Amino acid sequence: MSVVKVLEGSEAVALAVKACRPQVISAYPISPQTHIVEGIAKFVADGDMDAEYVRVDSEFSAASVISGASAAGSRAYTASSSQGLLLMSEVLYASCGMRLPFVITGVNRTVSAPISIQVDQQDTMSLRDCGMIQLFVESSQEAYDAHITAFKIAEDPKILLPVMVCMDGWVLTHSYERITLSEEKDVDHFLPPFKPANFLDVKNPKTWGSIGEEDMVMEFRYSVQQAMQYAKGRIKEIFAEWAGISGRNYGGLIESYKTDDAEVILLAMGSMAGTMKDAVDNLRSAGDKVGLVKIRSYRPFPYEDIWEAVKGAKAVAVVDANLSLGSEGAIGMDLKAKLYGAPNAPLVVDVIAGLGGRDVNESRIKKIVEKVKEAQASGYFLREPYWAGLNPTIVPQGV
Amino acid sequence: MELTIGAVVKGGTSLGYKTGSWRDQRPVLDMKKCKVCGQCESVCPDSAVHVVEETYIIDYDYCKGCGLCAYECPADAITMIREDK
Repeated sequence: MSVVKVLEGSEAVALAVKACRPQVISAYPISPQTHIVEGIAKFVADGDMDAEYVRVDSEFSAASVISGASAAGSRAYTASSSQGLLLMSEVLYASCGMRLPFVITGVNRTVSAPISIQVDQQDTMSLRDCGMIQLFVESSQEAYDAHITAFKIAEDPKILLPVMVCMDGWVLTHSYERITLSEEKDVDHFLPPFKPANFLDVKNPKTWGSIGEEDMVMEFRYSVQQAMQYAKGRIKEIFAEWAGISGRNYGGLIESYKTDDAEVILLAMGSMAGTMKDAVDNLRSAGDKVGLVKIRSYRPFPYEDIWEAVKGAKAVAVVDANLSLGSEGAIGMDLKAKLYGAPNAPLVVDVIAGLGGRDVNESRIKKIVEKVKEAQASGYFLREPYWAGLNPTIVPQGV
Repeated sequence: MELTIGAVVKGGTSLGYKTGSWRDQRPVLDMKKCKVCGQCESVCPDSAVHVVEETYIIDYDYCKGCGLCAYECPADAITMIREDK
């Protein structure tokens, strides 16, 4: 019997990780991730979880510990946020190349400066190129389920890549929700112990990430790209398998919400997708044909599925809670690149919203939809992103 | 080298990788001046100076020619000579 509890998002994640039986956990505190590793520390200290819990001196070490543990054949896990994730970046690139399938919770938080602990997706999304699979979740229940599937995706012998489950800080990690917890025996059945073909063994010494130069780096990268492409299909199968066991289905690489006859489609990731579903319902009651595409797998980027969902629409508003300074939001760039040249592709407008915890509420979402409809009616292609909720009166003047 | 998933290969193969080919200057030891003090052996970052009985042998398979031994030798018994000469 599954159990229903009212839990903080971080507690739900800690319980999901516990159910996956990782053997090595590394932990370095940073808000808003801290409650997750605190929860796991308690399980280990109470003897409820049989894992090596390593308190490290930095996030660089946190990533290094799980990298080494994974190479030694252990299931390994850590969590971090913001500057901590950025500090991990060197290790994460190397770990992806070495095909080490650990799992990280990336608790979304903005990055300095100015110093702020509030939510946006700049931190996790800036790691998009390193070769990790990145799943984004809308709710704490989805975070719970995503972690259980994450280990299975990572450890698939044809994937062997780290998976980062990205969940919005505070909004999810520190709010309480009704959570259905699956039985541990169901998780055990779904997720058998990690048995890699290669592991560090003193009797049979091996080197990970050996030297490779101009004669093989391209082929090496190409093989990781192939694993990402393969993962698109495999992730859907694993999601479907867990949905069958748990009874909770969130869709595949994307979730389409009322997109079938939609003229304007919002496209977003994370917790703001929940608010957008309400906004879509209310706009539809007022006669506006609006829909939503929620991206669940950001890397690999599911452009084939997005195209199927948006190809009948007139315009897509990509709401980016991140910004590639000097260009635009990262999802906007991804989608425009993939839709360019597609026949009768909808207009894609990039919207920068929610940076540093700026609220993406229903009235702001309605303004985004209005703005995009205006742009679409004028036939003018917006090259610059639209900044939703920007207060121009406080922007410092002078360069 | 064979390209593998994760660039995972047999370990301990660096012994077969003769890094001495990187060298552009070679240290040459004059045993008439050498006081057998051991400075060269202790400063060599590549462990390429070996003590053999009462003498020192420089292992040119691994010496990269950094010149630390020649710089530190108190008896000036080591001279760096360009490889092309």
